[in-house]
Amino acid sequence: MSTVLLIFCILSAITLATAFLTIFTKQPIHSAIYLVLCFVSVAGHYLLFNAQFLAVVHIIVYSGAIMILFLFTVMLMNLNKEDEVHKPRVTRLAAGIIFILTSLVLLAVFIQTKPIVGPYDETGVDYQSIKVLGQVLLNEYMVPFEFASVLLLVAMIGAVLLSKREKTEKN
Amino acid sequence: MDIAYILLLLLAPFAGFLFNVFFGKKLGHNGAGYLATFAVFVSFLVTHFYFVQINQTAQPVTVKLFDWIQLGKFSIDFGIVLDQLSLLWLMFVTGIGSLIHLYSVSYMHDDENRHKFFAYLNLFIFFMVTLVTGSNLLVMFIGWEGVGLCSYLLIGFWYKNQDYNDAAKKAFIMNRIGDLGFLIGIFLLGHLFGTLDYAALKSAIMSGAEVDHTMLALAALALFIGACGKSAQIPLYTWLPDAMAGPTPVSALIHAATMVTAGIFMITRLNFLFGISSADMQTVNMVIAIVGAFTALVAATIGLVQNDIKKVLAYSTVSQLGLMFLALGLGAYEVAVFHVITHAFFKACLFLGSGSVIHAMHGEQDMRNMGGLKKWMSVTYITFLISSLAISGIPPFSGFFSKDEILMTAFHENKALWVIASLASIMTAFYMFRLLYLTFFKEFRGTDEQKHHLHESPALITFPLIVLAILATVGGLISLPGNSWLSHYLEPIIAYGGHSEHHLDATAYMLMGLAVVGGLIGIGIAYAKYLKKGEVPPADAQMTGFHKLLYHKYYVDEVYDALFVKPINAISTFLRDTFESALSGLVFGLGKATNAIGDSGKMLHNGSIGRYLFAFTLGVVAIITYLFFNKIV
Amino acid sequence: MGNILNEIGIENYIFLSVILFSIGVFGVLYRRNAIIVFMSIEIMLNAVNLLFVAFSTYHQDAQGQVFVFFSMAVAAAEVAVGLAIVVSIFRNLGSIDLDNLKNLKG
Repeated sequence: MSTVLLIFCILSAITLATAFLTIFTKQPIHSAIYLVLCFVSVAGHYLLFNAQFLAVVHIIVYSGAIMILFLFTVMLMNLNKEDEVHKPRVTRLAAGIIFILTSLVLLAVFIQTKPIVGPYDETGVDYQSIKVLGQVLLNEYMVPFEFASVLLLVAMIGAVLLSKREKTEKN
Repeated sequence: MDIAYILLLLLAPFAGFLFNVFFGKKLGHNGAGYLATFAVFVSFLVTHFYFVQINQTAQPVTVKLFDWIQLGKFSIDFGIVLDQLSLLWLMFVTGIGSLIHLYSVSYMHDDENRHKFFAYLNLFIFFMVTLVTGSNLLVMFIGWEGVGLCSYLLIGFWYKNQDYNDAAKKAFIMNRIGDLGFLIGIFLLGHLFGTLDYAALKSAIMSGAEVDHTMLALAALALFIGACGKSAQIPLYTWLPDAMAGPTPVSALIHAATMVTAGIFMITRLNFLFGISSADMQTVNMVIAIVGAFTALVAATIGLVQNDIKKVLAYSTVSQLGLMFLALGLGAYEVAVFHVITHAFFKACLFLGSGSVIHAMHGEQDMRNMGGLKKWMSVTYITFLISSLAISGIPPFSGFFSKDEILMTAFHENKALWVIASLASIMTAFYMFRLLYLTFFKEFRGTDEQKHHLHESPALITFPLIVLAILATVGGLISLPGNSWLSHYLEPIIAYGGHSEHHLDATAYMLMGLAVVGGLIGIGIAYAKYLKKGEVPPADAQMTGFHKLLYHKYYVDEVYDALFVKPINAISTFLRDTFESALSGLVFGLGKATNAIGDSGKMLHNGSIGRYLFAFTLGVVAIITYLFFNKIV
Repeated sequence: MGNILNEIGIENYIFLSVILFSIGVFGVLYRRNAIIVFMSIEIMLNAVNLLFVAFSTYHQDAQGQVFVFFSMAVAAAEVAVGLAIVVSIFRNLGSIDLDNLKNLKG
């Protein structure tokens, strides 16, 4: 077993474990923290692919921005674990069944589609440095890129509008 | 230029109709009436212009307004043809139409729905013009249906009276039966010749195209059924007497002078078809002649005993139309047309005169309650007398010439029919003078209050009467025996050289003498019975025997009721009570089942996001499964 | 530099992604807390992103990674709006329990 494979196994274990914990922990705060760990481990996978820029962006966006939002919301609402009641037993059982079903179906799909036989391509061409990514992003994907910026702007305005207190309207 | 004039001719009444429908109420008291009269008069002027023109040039004017229907090789234009026949018809349709419009201004002056009345009248003129001028059978059919509609609207004009509504419906339904025949005839002709255009049909038939003559005769028979419906012949005549429920000007215009002659117009227009000399076609012509003769006789016998002044005139109209069909059946088209024209004059005059009487009597129509009106209504009396003389066939009034022509034709072709027609015309003379004596002579038999109100009608009513009386007097001049302007004028229309003009030999003079004597006998009997002896028809309950049978119109309505109406009603009731309830049970059952499914389906939608998410996930899994494993397996 | 997949194998990434995705689905179905449900959705998105990057390397093509950028932008927007909605729901109802939200009922 090579070092890389070992690293992959450890990272994968962390990813799956923290993802499970995110869901099973009662305290929302703990969930959020496990989720941060999960995201960091995914960033580790990206690093394993040698996609450093993506990894950094991932950590900044997910662990930095999105998780901070989650944490703020959780703290804003001051949720305790007593607040949440479990779903009925039947529902939980059904959720479990669907979990297994989804996994099986998706796995079957991927396995059935195309049998993979190594070795993999090794063109040696640089395809994931910041320079190449920037060129692809701003040449081929110029218009979607602009749309993404508009989407973010609209989301920002929407979030502000939604969370504004309505008292100002009534005056 | 022609197109502009023709559009004016056609659309002036239509514009009058539209204007009266939408703005008629705002036009002041008589505004709608004068506007409508003007609209028809415009049409009359245009007609007159063309009439004068065609008298000089003898060239028909044909205009194609637009392509109407295109079905592969089969095409129908919306075309207008102004030839000798249609112009002749237009002359008296718009001419008498104008007079009757003018008359109606005064007659309807206190009706709150005047504007509607005049709108309908204008619409009627529009459709009548369409009927007459159309260049093919389908355009004629538009007019044909349109005048039927207007007739329905106007018979039921006083819609608050249920009897009148029933009369309107009866007229409409009877006409529909005839129209079905007409349509079948049109279809057959279209199938046989691939065209409906008169000119094309005529050239196809005249050139002796290879056609199944039996089918052709069937088409002619179907067309004749259509004519029966419109022109009130046996067995479809019963609607016309009931149609007297409408206002009197309507009876004069639609149910005496113009619309009911549409059947004669149609057959004359298609004389190249009806005149074919094949054995089958001769049978058809024989049927037409016999139906006409019997209609003339039956209607005349019923007319003998009617007491309603308008009913007498209605049966007289049916009887006269029967005579016209007799002439058509015998192939004497120009004679039938001649009688149509003179009949339009004197019958319109008679109806308008009876309207004047009814007007003076405040709606009273029963002759038993009249009498002695001569004293109060001299103009009405004199015009009525002239028209009665005309219809009775007394020279030198117009009716003498036209009726004599028919009788002479019948004498030459078929003696039995001549006897029937002569009997009918003697009866005509009798009941017309019975009507005259009962209405205008002896003492007044109505109530004192009515007597107090008796008065001569205003000038607007008497003016059309006088004009029509003059026309009824001199109308015969257009076709004097031996020197007929009309036969000459209609020559281009009659495909088979017309029937030979009668020479004024001894037989002809003898027949004329016989006809006059017959008319005088009828008048004499009426004179002896109603003036000398002063008889008044008995009240309804006291009638006996044959008199009662006649008074109740041979119980034809009752027979039709038992034969057709009641069985159809029974079937309808059966279908409604058993069939429809079963059907609706099925339909409603389906509805209920759907409702129940919906109700149970509603339970799924309880608004719980959790449950929706389950369904959503399962759905996604199912879709993926289907998409991928379908391909691979 | 060698292709990393030669040492790990694309199928391992596929398994990882599938399981991660399923965990997200499970979380959405299992929990009643709207925020945790949101977190589960983020897990699902990450699973997909991971697969994108893996196939980007497999094909030696940058487009997969560019897609991940867009996916991140959309996720950020979604979370911003979604959390704002959750906050306003909490403000109005005093709870973010999904089973208490039955206003979808027609």
